[in-house]
Amino acid sequence: MKQRLVRLALSLSVVLTISLAAAQSGSELRFCLRAEPKTLNPVLMADEPSETVRYLTGGVLMRLNRLTQQLEPELATSWKVSENGKTISFKLRQNVRFSDGTPFSAEDVAYTMQQLMDPDLHSPTGDAFRSGEGKVITQITGKNHMTVTFPAPVVGLDKLFDQVAIMSAKSPEKEMAVLGPYYVAENKAGSYLILKRNPNYWKHDSSGRQLPHIESVRLDIQQNRDMEMLRLVRGEIDFVNSLDAEYFDKLAAQAPNMATDAGVSLDSEQMWFNQVASSPLPAYKKAWFTSTNFRRAISEAINREDLARVVFRGHARPAVSWVSPANKFWFNAKLQPHPYDQKSALQALAQDGFHMQDGALHDRDGHLVEFSVITNAGNKYRERMATMIQQDLSGIGIRLNVVTLDFPSLIERITRSFDYEACLLGLVNNDLDPNSQMNVWLSSAENHQWNPSQKTPATTWEAEIDTLMRAQASTLDMKKRKHAIDRVQEIVWQQEPFIYLVNKNAMSAVSAAVHNAHPVALTPQVFWNIDQLTLGTEVARNR
Amino acid sequence: MKWARVAAIVFLVVVSAACLLADFVAPAPYSHQFRDVPDAAPSRQHLLGTDDLGRDRFSRLLYGTRVSLLLAPAAALLSSLLAALIGGTAGFVGGWLQRSVMAATDLFLSLPWLFLLITVRALLPLNVAPITSVLITFALLGCLGWAAAARVICADARTLGSSDFMLLARASGSSGFRLLWRHLLPNLKPILFAQFWISIPVFILTEANLGILGLGVAEPLPSWGSLLRELESFSAFSGHPWQFVPLILFIVVVSCFHLALQKQELSA
Amino acid sequence: MRRFARHAARILIILLLGGFLGATLVRLAPGFGTDEEELDSRLNQQSIQALRQSHTNDGSLGQFYLHYLTRLLHGDLGTSKTLQQPVTRLLAERFPETLKSVGMGLALGWSLGLALAIVAVMSRSWFIDLFTSLAAGALLCVPAAVLALLFVIAQAPGRLVLGLVVFPKIFRYARNLLARSASLPHVLTARAKGLGGFRVLLWHILPVAAPQLLALAGVSVSLAFAASIPVEVLCDLPGIGQLAWKAAMGRDLQLLVSLTMVVTAVTLVANSASDLVGRSLREGAA
Repeated sequence: MKQRLVRLALSLSVVLTISLAAAQSGSELRFCLRAEPKTLNPVLMADEPSETVRYLTGGVLMRLNRLTQQLEPELATSWKVSENGKTISFKLRQNVRFSDGTPFSAEDVAYTMQQLMDPDLHSPTGDAFRSGEGKVITQITGKNHMTVTFPAPVVGLDKLFDQVAIMSAKSPEKEMAVLGPYYVAENKAGSYLILKRNPNYWKHDSSGRQLPHIESVRLDIQQNRDMEMLRLVRGEIDFVNSLDAEYFDKLAAQAPNMATDAGVSLDSEQMWFNQVASSPLPAYKKAWFTSTNFRRAISEAINREDLARVVFRGHARPAVSWVSPANKFWFNAKLQPHPYDQKSALQALAQDGFHMQDGALHDRDGHLVEFSVITNAGNKYRERMATMIQQDLSGIGIRLNVVTLDFPSLIERITRSFDYEACLLGLVNNDLDPNSQMNVWLSSAENHQWNPSQKTPATTWEAEIDTLMRAQASTLDMKKRKHAIDRVQEIVWQQEPFIYLVNKNAMSAVSAAVHNAHPVALTPQVFWNIDQLTLGTEVARNR
Repeated sequence: MKWARVAAIVFLVVVSAACLLADFVAPAPYSHQFRDVPDAAPSRQHLLGTDDLGRDRFSRLLYGTRVSLLLAPAAALLSSLLAALIGGTAGFVGGWLQRSVMAATDLFLSLPWLFLLITVRALLPLNVAPITSVLITFALLGCLGWAAAARVICADARTLGSSDFMLLARASGSSGFRLLWRHLLPNLKPILFAQFWISIPVFILTEANLGILGLGVAEPLPSWGSLLRELESFSAFSGHPWQFVPLILFIVVVSCFHLALQKQELSA
Repeated sequence: MRRFARHAARILIILLLGGFLGATLVRLAPGFGTDEEELDSRLNQQSIQALRQSHTNDGSLGQFYLHYLTRLLHGDLGTSKTLQQPVTRLLAERFPETLKSVGMGLALGWSLGLALAIVAVMSRSWFIDLFTSLAAGALLCVPAAVLALLFVIAQAPGRLVLGLVVFPKIFRYARNLLARSASLPHVLTARAKGLGGFRVLLWHILPVAAPQLLALAGVSVSLAFAASIPVEVLCDLPGIGQLAWKAAMGRDLQLLVSLTMVVTAVTLVANSASDLVGRSLREGAA
């Protein structure tokens, strides 16, 4: 009921803005990308700027409505997942053409799937579909009907297609021929991209007018957030997709209509200890870091409330485990964030033989407890969190050294040399289904940060996580899956291989000139309904 | 003129004293986070307000001045001496030595040293006390900052080498080291002073930027560089004018240095 | 003519050496061959391995450089990893932009620096000297990033920042050099004889300081290039300073080596030119 109301409201506002939109030929929406898109090939896209371009240009079979979190038909008018979870069949939309005029057919979908699953291309989007060994078979079963069969069941199969931009099998323009609302008209490396309205876009609004309303989109590459903010206030850009907490407050004070806090997001900030057995750390430090009591004590000595309040100005929430509370279905609501409790932390440490001596903590053998935490330079929030944790830990006699490193150096340390003690990083998460984090939780995985690529699980709890994660991936029974994921969250909460700190809120700022924007917590926060957005006339005039 | 110099020296003495006695003067420890009042405006408790984590800015300024005021001039001295040694010798000896030293200087000026710094960071252990990290950083800056000055000094030494008074000194039997030490070096003073004076603020600012690479002054220790970095997020939009106090102090101190040293500078 | 050929050969050798040393520094620094994408949780084992492999397939340092040189002879500088474009095209697009900002910056820095230095030295008023030194000192103390930010806020052209960054350095050297020349015995005599300020400057002070000022001119070009990195990054000027920053953060070997060579070439040309002019001046004077 509620959803229907929202949709009704949406379509109403569309109708209302049509008259406005009619007046604005030549309208241009502008916003900033924070880095250069690494590739324009939709299959290979993995970084945020590239995904932005893909969202704006790629046509997909179905789209996850970011507001209702439901799948909606796009190029596929209907679809069905087989009971064994291996096969999905689509009915495709007719009379659709690519931006260069090439007609769209089932062949294009087959070609896209083949590219996506090509073992030599190593597509991150494709990897999400890879649940077992073997080939993916696409069958064209009728004029507009086709099926895709995977070698093993893929959980959440239909939702994964939200990320699959269909490419043309025949177009001479290759991946530059698109089915989405815009196409890339100009790409000035390192400076900006200009997207123009796709003249062949299939979607029309209720009055029969071809979408999208806005003529073109200009994406400026701007790393500096201060500059981005300044440009927004000056009206040089139309919105900021993810806003920093301190700007949010300042903006909210000046122009409350522009700033939106859509509530807690899927992203998390976490800290972990290096538990790699072959790392170059001294044996006594390895013993600390592999001790559950030690990790638990550190976790309890960190004041998460303060982190959220001071560093994020209240626009964050103490984190519990690896599923964010924003993920309503999968979040384990029984768990609470670890409270700040120095006494309990010291008790946990005492169990392992740690003791205070002259105001500093020492281990059983008399080693002073001192370690370093590395984080990526240039991220103010992580630097500040690290400094606050430094102060918190000094409360239980631990000396923490904060070291900021440039990202490549940091990656080398956490993935190759393992020459670090603790690391503070965040995880950007776009996918609601926890199965997408399989490669973090399996002990054999490369992204099992605290102790990657293990031959056999180093601990019993890691073995249990392995079993649970595999079990949830092999069943389509949502109840069973939920049960398994809940248990994994609980184990992680108890063992704290990742010490979850906070979940940030999704904040954005939209200029008053943009109509119909409904920022949400899921990416892309502001422009998820890009083809519905319109620009006010006053701005069109100014430009 | 004279009173200005005296005033400058008095000011420098006062600033140095306040920093050296920071333990007694500072209203709060430099690392203490008043978490209830982050980013606060100046008040009686916090004369210059607090920073993003609620640390007293005035105390941080005092301690930061101590770090920077002591180490930056030392590093500047090192780089000036290196420049004098390399540029002076090359210009004085001339010939192939001069050509190859100047070629090396040109290379030195154009290589991406960023990567050397990244390598140095990798070679250092992660658990370095903040003060050691500062010392290493300034030593590095001192070792890398000589090249531009060396080129000017080399040109100067060459000109001086062929000037009348050097010919006179040569004719009167001075040679080699004595000639270099007694006649050439004093005449290089204006350039060396220029190099010294420029290096101090440049090094102070560079130190803060090296924080990106995990070098420089580590948290929670403050330095002028890190205090000035706060200004980078200043905008007309977020304006906290009191954030400019460290910058003003910085400018005044550097200018006082200039005034205090002016006489020596031009006494060649 | 032979001297010129010798000069050119020397420049070429240093240039190649610069490229090689640049490549060495980049290759040996940690973080080479890493990619943020490795942390993408969607990627499976094989994909991560493949990703890592793809970044280190340039071979050993020697191999890479040999390969690079052979391609260089054909006018091909390779493809940038971070921007996915031919390096030649990137340089061609961006070099003029930086040349423009560096040119403008140097013009501003020199005219301001030299003019103020002359005024400070010739006026012999301690007040003017103090005032000019204060101005230079203030600019020296403001971080380039803050200066750039203030310019953006004021909507002033970002290129000017470069001039303001270079100005205090030029001013300081020039002032001290000129002041020393002005205190030489024959200049004092000339002044005592009643020679006008302008003539003293033109005939006696400037000629004595000319070789050093020329050397400073050569060096100031590389100072300006170095300053162009933060200024271009912050003011969003699409020049090679900005490119260098992106290349460094992405450990983009092809691009970095080419950039090092470009900067070395510019430095060498500027310094050689100042050397040559300086030498002919000295020979002319002798």
